[in-house]
Amino acid sequence: MIYRVIPLRRVKISIIDIGIIFFLFAFIYGIVSTAKEWGEIPTYTLNISLSPRNLPIYAWYSILRQFLAYLISLVFSVSYGYIASHNKTLEPFMIALLDILQSVPVLSFMPGVILGLIALFPYGRIGVELGSIILIFTGQVWNMAFSVYGSMSSLPRDLREAAEIFNLTPFQRFLYVEFPYSIIGLVWNSMMSVAGGWFFLMACEMFTLGERDFRLPGLGSYLQLAAINGDTKAILSGLATMIAIIILIDQLVWRPLIAWAQKFKVELTTGNIVPTSAILTVLQRSTILTKITQWMDEFIERITFRFSKRESIEKKINPFPVLRIILIGLLLVIIGYASVRLIFLISRVPVFMWGEIIISDLLTLLRVAIAVSLSIAWTLPLGVYIGMNPRISLVMQPIVQILASIPATAVFPIILMWLINLKGGLSIASILLMLLGTQWYILFNVIAGAMSIPSDLKEAAEVFQLKGLEKWRKLIIPAVLPYLVTGAITATGGAWNASIVSEYVHFRGSTLMVRGLGALISNSADRGDLSVLAASTIMMIVTVTLINRFFWRRLYWLAEEHYSL
Amino acid sequence: MAIIETKNLTIIFDMPNNTRITVVEDINLSLEEGEFVAILGPSGAGKSTIVRAIAGLIKPTHGEVLYRGKLVEGVNPGVSMVFQTAALFPWLTVLENVEIGLKAKGVPPKERRERALKMIDLIGLDGFESAYPKELSGGMRQRVGFARALVVEPEVLLMDEPFSGLDVLTAENLRNDLLELWIEKRIPTKTILLITHSIEEAVYLADRVIVLDKNPGRIKQEIYINIPHWRDRESEEFIRLVDRIYSIMMGKPVTAKPPKTERYGTPLPHVRVGAIAGFVELVAELERKEDIYKIAEDLNMDLADIQPVIEAAELLKFIDTTGGDISVTELGKVFAEADVLEKKEIFRKQLLANVPFIQQIVQVLQNKSNHRMPVEFFIELLETRFSTSEAQAQMEIAIDWGRYAELFAYDEDSKEVYLEEEVLETQKVVD
Repeated sequence: MIYRVIPLRRVKISIIDIGIIFFLFAFIYGIVSTAKEWGEIPTYTLNISLSPRNLPIYAWYSILRQFLAYLISLVFSVSYGYIASHNKTLEPFMIALLDILQSVPVLSFMPGVILGLIALFPYGRIGVELGSIILIFTGQVWNMAFSVYGSMSSLPRDLREAAEIFNLTPFQRFLYVEFPYSIIGLVWNSMMSVAGGWFFLMACEMFTLGERDFRLPGLGSYLQLAAINGDTKAILSGLATMIAIIILIDQLVWRPLIAWAQKFKVELTTGNIVPTSAILTVLQRSTILTKITQWMDEFIERITFRFSKRESIEKKINPFPVLRIILIGLLLVIIGYASVRLIFLISRVPVFMWGEIIISDLLTLLRVAIAVSLSIAWTLPLGVYIGMNPRISLVMQPIVQILASIPATAVFPIILMWLINLKGGLSIASILLMLLGTQWYILFNVIAGAMSIPSDLKEAAEVFQLKGLEKWRKLIIPAVLPYLVTGAITATGGAWNASIVSEYVHFRGSTLMVRGLGALISNSADRGDLSVLAASTIMMIVTVTLINRFFWRRLYWLAEEHYSL
Repeated sequence: MAIIETKNLTIIFDMPNNTRITVVEDINLSLEEGEFVAILGPSGAGKSTIVRAIAGLIKPTHGEVLYRGKLVEGVNPGVSMVFQTAALFPWLTVLENVEIGLKAKGVPPKERRERALKMIDLIGLDGFESAYPKELSGGMRQRVGFARALVVEPEVLLMDEPFSGLDVLTAENLRNDLLELWIEKRIPTKTILLITHSIEEAVYLADRVIVLDKNPGRIKQEIYINIPHWRDRESEEFIRLVDRIYSIMMGKPVTAKPPKTERYGTPLPHVRVGAIAGFVELVAELERKEDIYKIAEDLNMDLADIQPVIEAAELLKFIDTTGGDISVTELGKVFAEADVLEKKEIFRKQLLANVPFIQQIVQVLQNKSNHRMPVEFFIELLETRFSTSEAQAQMEIAIDWGRYAELFAYDEDSKEVYLEEEVLETQKVVD
């Protein structure tokens, strides 16, 4: 009997393939030459030039940092999510830890990370470079880890059972079942994380710690220096470069990735709007990439084969109970030591400072509340309008997405220029930055909520001639509220985090600050005052957690219970 | 020696509210070489639990599962399974899905591909090797499920309601194709265990049908089907067997302990009032006693779906079922012809006379000075006998019935059950 062979494409090198080869060469060259730089320059403080000629190379450095930070985040979040979802003993601790780490502002990690890495790599720029990458990582990783954990622990029962019945090894299970199932969530969260990375880029590329001033060549430090010097031309060209890069990455990376990820959807019905990407189609037709994926498949298979053999032996031996106890013990010791040190650190904060911390906390709370209220006020009507009109949403969605991906911090200096001479200008600017940075979360969620209103309800509203206020009360608010709350939770967290870059700014050669918790954190990091930094960070974590627990979660339950469709 | 044997298999689930539910109890069954066995039972009889215990996916609480005389620990090495939902990996192509079991076994790539392609051919999936499950129809998807299970050449094929998600014609087509492979021994499978809630399907395919009772699931009876293949559904023999199995399913348990005197009576069947009323009207229109199996067919409903409706109508004494036939009672006739208000009246009387739990709700509410009671109170009462979700379901049905009968009402906002003014009036009649 003759069986059909899966048709293989003819081996034919096309223009696309040549393009891909060149791209790979350029990429490798870029990494190698950058690595050389890192080792060579032995000073901490670099001169950042504001000449636009340097913009391409600075942009490259920033992209590379983002990329490396993202790679670390990816590996970390997949491992963390995998372990948390597979180890019942560790799960509650790991998830609680994630919840806390998520609300720690980026700058609070800075002193520990930077000092530690400089101690490890005292020569060359590499210590600071790695520090900057890890700072970006701390801003990106947590929601990705949550997403992986969520996916892996909610694997549909039938798929899990099928994997068990066919006796897949743990590694095969990960490779063919668990990881594929996590991909969709991971892609969306990666997009959000990288956007967050751009948002804090300026803070991560140029910072002071006590007496020491750290500057790394990059787009973020370029923008920050331009702001300090008040160089409008440089600010604008830096901003333009950043927007160009973000649009390019959106088109070249995220669109294709999202289109590709559709394959991992579990629902077996094909939705009406399927994301597509011309670039993905072009890439999938490339001979070289097809070959490479084939080799990778074979390679992975060889590995899994090895693994599967080893696995079965290990199973019989017993999975090292002693080792596990030692590991957990070690973990407990580290946690215990760190907490004692932390308490010691905080105990050195003088009493009057605690008063200051609490007042600052309330002031920032007020700003966050104003920012979030304003966000809701304008995004709710617009989001509902977009979401309920499919034709408009088709045009508006991509525009809104690009607007949302422009990091507000890059626009901040321009805003400051206008507002700086006003009374309370920085306070207004600070609220504005929180607004710019976080309103999108609410807008996207409201659009999603409005789109989810079933058409029969819409028709019913029409039949009963619900109009104006009545329509909002009876149809729209109930449908949108759970989504609105979800968006607002993320937005509030984001706004608190944004306060550290918005309440304390270096601008036109001077340092501007308003009273607030964010300013306190930035300032104490600048001065290297670790005890105040720790105390105010903890204050922020506690406040964010309390607001989530006692305000948003309650509202969410209420919304879910009464209005869930 | 039996290929698969279960000895006193009992499975108890621990529920979150510290209650324990016995899902199946004392299951002793064996699968012999060359046998096609069907396990038949109403929903909630633990059919899926039994098959998962045999597969080694669930550990028995008591008793054991043996494969060729050896105790099964972990996944049973001799079985393969077809799932109700097909359970294909959406990101793998048809070929990759079929290959997955061979990959796990470490079959080298070349041999693996050959075997997978051969099985794809055999199961009628020609030309779909590189398609993704999303692109296939439900029937084709389930074919991939079969190919994936069969390609590893299992001795035992377990099937968990594989046809119930498909439309009538597709299901029939797939049943016949499977039966052909089995009868003509074109697959090396030694024995097949099918889980189903369709009597007809069981009688059509199996050599032996095991009927389960529910709450807890226990074996009620085993029936051998000695009609040679291919079986004619219209034949008298076939219809008689279906009838007989139906009355076994509906009747009192054959091996059961003496019936417990329960304060709250039997659990309420999961049926809304509308369905009961509609069904009684339909039966009343029939001239004579009618075969349940025929009625189900006329209504284009599955026997398993219609069964709770019948149970409810019988509980309220509107119909009478003996020996697989349904006839309307005198009361049922009156009920069917009554107008809306009269219907409510009759329904109310029947509820108070025949459903102890509803009686109890009314009594509790009467004894309260404000005639209101939080619904949790009743749910907690129910939870002493049912799982949390079942208690919820029971309460929902009680509220639905009670509301229709205007015995009591339910306030969704305060989550309270309460008596209405007019209800108070009628209660005097009851007392």
